[in-house]
Order: sequence, then C-alpha cells, then structure tokens
Amino acid sequence: MTPGDLGSIALTALSRHGLRTSMSLVGVAIGVAAVVALTSLGEGARRYVIGQFSTLGSNFLVVLPGKTETTGALPGFGGVPNDLTLDDAKALRRGVPKVSLVAPVSMGNETVAHRERRRQVMVLGSTPEFLEIRELDVAVGRTLPGGELDRGTQVVVLGATVADELFGAEPAVGRAVRVGDWRMRVIGVLERRGEQVGFDMDDLVIVPVATAMRIFNRTSLFRVVLGVGAHHDVDAACSRAVAILTERHGEEDVTCITQESVVASLSSILNALTMALTGIAAVSLSVAGIGIMNLMLVSVSERTREVGLLKAIGAGNRQILAIFLVEAILIAAMGGLLGLALGWSGIRILALVYPAFPAATPLWAVAAALATSVGMGALFGVLPARRAARLEPVAALAAR
Amino acid sequence: MIELDGVYRTYAMGGHSLHALHDVSETIEAGDYVAVVGPSGSGKSTLLNVLGCLDRPSRGAYRLDGEDVGSLSEEELSGVRRHKIGFVFQSFHLIPRLDAAENVAFPMLFAGVPRAERRERVAAALGTVGLEARAHHRPAELSGGEQQRVAIARATVMRPQMLLADEPTGNLDSSSGRHVMEVLEAMNADGLTLIVVTHDLAMAGRANRALVMEDGQVVRRAARGELRGDPVVAPLPGPPR
Repeated sequence: MTPGDLGSIALTALSRHGLRTSMSLVGVAIGVAAVVALTSLGEGARRYVIGQFSTLGSNFLVVLPGKTETTGALPGFGGVPNDLTLDDAKALRRGVPKVSLVAPVSMGNETVAHRERRRQVMVLGSTPEFLEIRELDVAVGRTLPGGELDRGTQVVVLGATVADELFGAEPAVGRAVRVGDWRMRVIGVLERRGEQVGFDMDDLVIVPVATAMRIFNRTSLFRVVLGVGAHHDVDAACSRAVAILTERHGEEDVTCITQESVVASLSSILNALTMALTGIAAVSLSVAGIGIMNLMLVSVSERTREVGLLKAIGAGNRQILAIFLVEAILIAAMGGLLGLALGWSGIRILALVYPAFPAATPLWAVAAALATSVGMGALFGVLPARRAARLEPVAALAAR
Repeated sequence: MIELDGVYRTYAMGGHSLHALHDVSETIEAGDYVAVVGPSGSGKSTLLNVLGCLDRPSRGAYRLDGEDVGSLSEEELSGVRRHKIGFVFQSFHLIPRLDAAENVAFPMLFAGVPRAERRERVAAALGTVGLEARAHHRPAELSGGEQQRVAIARATVMRPQMLLADEPTGNLDSSSGRHVMEVLEAMNADGLTLIVVTHDLAMAGRANRALVMEDGQVVRRAARGELRGDPVVAPLPGPPR
C-alpha cells in the first residue's frame, strides 16, 4: 500500500463525516492558532523591548548605587551603603581611560511654568555629555554649559513638547521659566525624539546636574552614565569604574550595567514568558488531541464491519493500523495548517491595527506547532488504530 | 487442495465448552464446487471462517496447498487471504462511500498492485460480472443483485484459488440469485474452487457435492442430486435475512 493510497483511503473516510471531521479539525486549528498567536506576541514583545534599548546605543554603561549581579537587573534590596556623589563622577572622569564622556544624573518630577502655563514634567539634571551619549540634539539654542560639575547655573533645555506647551508658537530660547521655585533661563529646545524605553524624551527638561541636586535638595546622584569610545571597551570600562568606586567607598557597593546585559536579561525574561504562553496554548492542543482520539474511537466503532471486511480481503494488522493512524494524522495536519493560517492572519491584523508593535511569528514556532499537531495526531490516533487492528475478523464482520 | 484433519473449533461459554466444529476431516480438491448445508448453528459458517483463515482451528490441522495454516502468524494469514481466498457474503459488505470500481480495487491496495494494473483488473473483473457500465455507481445506487456481483468481482480480482460464499443469494430475489450463481459457477468452470454455504437445497443441488452439517460435524457427504429427502436438510428453513 503506497502512501498515496493510504492518504486517499483516509481522505475518503474522513470526508464521509464532514461535519464531525471538521469539528475535530477546528479543535486542532484553534490550538495551533493559539500557539502561533501567543508565540508571535511574545516574540513581538521581545523585539519591541530590544528595539527600544537598541535606540539607546551600545557604547555606554551605567553606574548606579547598590550591589547586585552585573547582568542587568536593577539593584536589589538591602539598602545602599554609599551614595554616588559628584566627586565619584569626577573620579570616574579622571580614572577610567576608555571613557570619553561622563554624565552624572540626578532626576525628579517638578512643575515647570511660564506665566500662567504650567506642566508637571521630569526634570533631569546632567551634563552636556548626557545629551551626546543619548544622542539628543538641540533644535534651537544651545546645549547645557560644560565645565565644573558642581557649578549649577540656572539654565534649562526644554523638551520639544514642553516648549510647545509652555510657549506655543513663540520662541522659547532666552525666556524665563520656573522650575519648582527656581527661576531659570531657557537656553535651548531639544529636537523631537519620541519615546525611549518608556520615557517620553520630548516631555522633560534638562538642567545642570548641580542645579537639579539643589532643586531636589539632594547630595547624591541617581546614577552616572559613561560613554565609551568603542563598543569593545565597554566591559573593561565597566570593570575599571567598579574598581575605582570600590576603592573610594571601601567596598564594592555599586553596580555597572551595560545595554547588552540589560537586553540579555530582558530577553531571557521575555523568552521565558513566550515559552510559558506557548505552554498554555499547547494545553488547548492536547485537548484537541483528545478530541481526535474520541473521533477515531467512534469511527473505529462505526466501521467495525468494514475492518472485518478489510481483514477478509487481505489487509494485515499493520495496514489497518496505518489506515486509522493516517486518518488521525491527517486531521491533525490539516487542523495544524488551518491553525497556522488563522494565527498568521490574526497577527497580520494586529500588525495593521498596531503597526508599532513588531509581532512576528518565529519560524521555530511554525515548525514546532505543525510538528506538535502532527505528532499529537499520531499519539492520540495510536489507541483507536490499535483497537481497529486488533479486532477479530469474524467478530468484526458479525458486528452490527 | 484443502485438507482438514480432525478440526475442532471450540468456544468457552461460561464454564462450558461449545464445539462449533467437532472433528471435521475433509479434503476438497482444487477446482471443486462444494455446497455446505445444515440447520442454523450446525457450524457451516464456522467451517467457512476456518477455511477462509478468518478463524483458526482450536485443534486439528488445516492444510492449504500442503501448508499448515494453523502455524502461520497473523500477517502470514493476511497474506493467504489476500492471495488465495476470496469471500462473498450474504450482506455484500461493500464500502458505501466507494463506488463499484473502488470497492473492487480495494483488495489490490493491500497487495501493492500498481495503479495501472489495478485499473485493468477492475475493468476485467467488472466485465466478468457484467457491470462495466456501473463502475462508478455507489452501492446505494445498485440493486441487490448488482451489489453482490460487485462483491464477487472484488472477491476474484486478486485471482484467488478458492471462493468462499456465505449465503450469496440470501438477500436476493430468485432471478438475481440465479444470475449470481451463474456468475459463480462460470468462475468455477474456469478452475476456481467454489465453496458455498446455503440453506437453499436447489442451490446446493447444483454443486458437485454437498457436505451436510449438524452439531459441528459433517454428518453426510452427498453427491449432486443426492440431497433430496435428506432427513437433516429436508426441514431447513429459508436463509436468515
């Protein structure tokens, strides 16, 4: 019996009970579609997050207070033995040879006002290097003043949205705004940049770091961002920065994270999430498998006389097993293909509705979903097929 | 050649043993035409099942062309059925979703006969039973006689040595039944061994000889024309429908 003959026999048998077959087929299709859709969403989330981090650039590292493993997660519990200070930032500027840019950061929320218009925004205190590292360009006016870190002049660079909201069509540069209780002069407006890693880079204001520390009455930094000349120097710079601060603090109480470590960490979390979603979807596939088994058991029961006849005309047990097994596999495979089409269509529709979300169906998920559905058809088809193959021909022929 | 030597077929019924066949010994030469008659429950169908390798003797030996069938594995028995034996049943046993040609071709699928040869053999087999024109009709579109002739074509398409027919006219009117028997007898005339289980004495009388069964035993062997007035078969009721 050739594979073509087997397929033909199975298709003819399945087509006899079109509705019943379709129901089982749809069951598999829903399972496969769920696997494909959820995997695609997980993969989309992973790509989205990685894409967001990629916009930050890869030639920088971040030093933040608190000790944790340097794989990218944020510092854990247990308090911060020593704060990061401006002196630490100065030491890093002096002591890490590969570092080209040092940007201490202090931040908080405050109200920014111009005349009657006011807006609650993020106030970020740093240096002109910060704008370089984050590739933020000034559209109008100039960037922050350089020079001594602890020299806090009362100037501000506005995000594009803040400038629009406070000044409308009027020029903002040279005008005065209030940041909290502090009166400052606008020296520049940033180019529009959109969101970066969840932060709206247009809806913030940037002031000198010492100014921000005064506004928020702080003596410590939120973190220090270091720009490195070449990507391959990032790890060495990270180690050196930690060493310098360890020496200054008397203990290793800072964490240095790189873009790669953050991306790797998030990627592994999102991969685990994707696998969990896939696992949940696979449960519906196994339910569909039980549906196939049920269908095939009913089919064997209804076709007992036919099995008896097949034996009488010379079909061997293995051939009968193959006939019923192929029927189960065909249902699963057709359901799998339908599910792929459904899942893929769903993802395409999602892409049309939310073009920013890069939902994508990984090839491995397509292959795995198809292989799983076919394998499941074989697995759940074995019991009914064996039952058919083991029927006694005389009893089977006499069945009603 | 068929040789049965002290064949028993015993079923366990509760605590008892039921001998459906009891010490049956018989030899049937190739090309013979044998009728098996007897009342219901006499063991006719069991004998046919054993002869057709659908069932194994509980005791005794069954040799087909000198080969001890009882020692064959399941797969080997399938091979014997596939190549040496054809079955015709009272209720036709056609597969309703397949047309006549597909039904006839079915045994060849299991024998691995190439597609082109299958087509030729199907056409020839349907031609032999006079149904070439009905090749693409499904069983529901055929009369009882036509369905049985399709079943005969299916039973002979693998060119078996023997044809076992269990009440082949039992579900047919007399005209169709006669036609079916003429087809079977023409095949026998061409050398096919024909063994027919029947309640119909007139039909049994057409065979070369008849085996009269009672309580699982062959109680008499009758030559053509000797059945009339037999005390076992004379009161036979009609075939079960």
